[in-house]
Amino acid sequence: MTTQRSDATTTTAPPPAGGAATPDASGPIGTGSRGTRILGLATLAGIALAAYLALVSSPDDENMGDVVRIIYIHVPIVVVAYVGCMITTLGSVMYLWKKSRWWDVTAAASAEIAMVTTALTLVVGMCWARPTWGVWWVWDARLTSTAMLLLLLLGYLAVRRIPAESGARSKRASIVGVLLLPNVIIVNRSVTWWRSLHQDTTILNTLQPKIHGDMAFALYLAIPVALMMFAWLLVHRWRLAWLEEEVLDHDLDQAITDRRAEAGFDARSTTVDIGEATS
Amino acid sequence: MSDWAYVAMAWGITAVVLVAYAIWIIVRGRTLSRRVPPEDRRWM
Amino acid sequence: MFRDALLVAGKDLRVEARSRVALNQVAPFALLVLIMFAFALDPDSGVLSKATPGLYWVAVLFCAVLAIQRAFAIEAADGNRDALRLSGLEPAGIYLGKMAAIAAQLVILEVLLGLGVVLLYGTKTAGWALLVCTCLAATAGIAAAGTLYGVLAAGLRVRETLLPLLLLPVLSPVLIGSTRAFEAARNGTPGEGWPWVGLLAVFALTYTIFGAFGFGPLLEES
Repeated sequence: MTTQRSDATTTTAPPPAGGAATPDASGPIGTGSRGTRILGLATLAGIALAAYLALVSSPDDENMGDVVRIIYIHVPIVVVAYVGCMITTLGSVMYLWKKSRWWDVTAAASAEIAMVTTALTLVVGMCWARPTWGVWWVWDARLTSTAMLLLLLLGYLAVRRIPAESGARSKRASIVGVLLLPNVIIVNRSVTWWRSLHQDTTILNTLQPKIHGDMAFALYLAIPVALMMFAWLLVHRWRLAWLEEEVLDHDLDQAITDRRAEAGFDARSTTVDIGEATS
Repeated sequence: MSDWAYVAMAWGITAVVLVAYAIWIIVRGRTLSRRVPPEDRRWM
Repeated sequence: MFRDALLVAGKDLRVEARSRVALNQVAPFALLVLIMFAFALDPDSGVLSKATPGLYWVAVLFCAVLAIQRAFAIEAADGNRDALRLSGLEPAGIYLGKMAAIAAQLVILEVLLGLGVVLLYGTKTAGWALLVCTCLAATAGIAAAGTLYGVLAAGLRVRETLLPLLLLPVLSPVLIGSTRAFEAARNGTPGEGWPWVGLLAVFALTYTIFGAFGFGPLLEES
C-alpha cells in the first residue's frame, strides 16, 4: 500500500533523516483543510440560523409550550445518529468485501460520532421528558431502543480499541459493525412489540407533537444543518483515525529501527521505505 | 424549574458536548500529525 | 459439514465431561444468582414470584456468558486454535459443533434453574409445551449469537469484559421474548406466548446463518 506525498500549500522541505525527532511543519498540521473550513463556516452559519428559528422566531406549541423547542435539537441529533450507524454498517460491509482501509476508517469514525449523538439524544430526550411527563425516563419503545443502540455502539467502539494487530482488530470490528444494523432492527422490533402491549395512550399522543407552519420550517432546516455538522465531524474524525493508525505504524517502525540500531545494523540499508521503493 | 430552564439545559448540554468533541478532535489531530512524517499525514 | 459439527460437539462435550467445569462452577453460579435475587427481592412481598420469569432468564443469560467463555477458553490452551484451523474441518461445521455443545450445556443449566425456581421461589408451572419450546428456541439463539461473539472475543486479553458487553445487548430480544412467553405460560394464556416463540426461532435462525458465515474469517485471526 503506497501513500502519496501530501501536497501542502507550502513548499515541502525534505524530511529529516532517521525518522522525525522534531515536528516537521512542511506538511499539513492537524485535520483541517480548505474544504473543511468552508464546510465548518457554513455549518456555523446554519446553526446560528436554526437556533434563531428554534429559540426566537418560532411559536410555542399549544400543548407543550416552549418545551417543544427541545425537539429542534432532538430530532436532528437522532437523525445524525441513525445516519452514522448506517455508515458504520456500510463501511464494515465494504471493508469485509474489498479489504479497503478507507472504508474501515470510515466505519470507525462514523461509529464514534453516532455514539456521541446517541448519548446526546437520550440526554436531550430526558430534558424534554421531565417537563412533559414529569419523569426523566419512561420505558417506551423508542427510548428503550435508543438506549440499546447506545450499548451496541459502545460494544463496537470497545472492539475498535482492543490491543491487537490492526488487521485482526479491523476484521473483528467489521463483523460487529455488519451486525449493528440488523441488531438495531431486531432489538427495535422486539422492544416495540413488547411495549405495545402496555402502551399508555396519553403518552403515545404527546410523543408526536403536531408540527406545522413555522415550527415545521425550523425543524426541516435544523435537520440538514445537523447533517452538515455530521459531515464536518466525520471528515475530521476520519483524518484523526487515519493519523492514529499512522502514528502506531510509525512508532512501530521507529521501535524496530531503534532495536536494529542497538544491534548494530545500519538503519538505512535494512529498513525498506515503501514510498521510495515505488516512486 | 420553568420550561425555559429545561430548554436551556438541553441546548446547553448539546452545545457543550459537541463543541468539546470538535475541539478534542482538532487538538488531537494536531498533536498526532506532528508525530508522523508529512507524507503520511493524509490519505492523499 | 454436519459430520465436522458432530466431531467438534463431541470433543467439547467430552472435555466438559472430564473437566466438569460447567457442573462444578457454572451450575453453582446459577444457584447463587437465584439466591442473590431472593436476597435482593424480599420473598415475602410477592415481588419474587411475580418477577420469576424475568429473573430466570437473566440468570440463564449470566450463566450463558460463563459457559461461552469457558467453551473458548478450552481452545486457548496448547495451541488448540491453530490445531482447529489446520485440521481441515469446515469452519461452518466447527461453528455448528461449538454451538451445539454450548446449547447442550445451556439446556441442562436451564433444567437445573427451572428446578431451583420451582423449589426456591414456589413457582407453579403450567403450559409445559410452551415452556419447553421457549427454552429450546431461546437456547438456540443464545448459543448461535454466543458462539459468534465468543470466537470474536476469544484470544484477546480483554475477552472476559468484552464478551458480556457485546453479547448481552444482542441477546436482549431473547430476554424479552422468552420472559413474555414464560409469563404467558404462567398466566394460563399460552396463546400470547407462542408468537414470542416465533420471534425466538427467527432470531436463532438469523444468528445461526450469520454465525456460520462469520465464524471462518474470525477463526483465522488469532
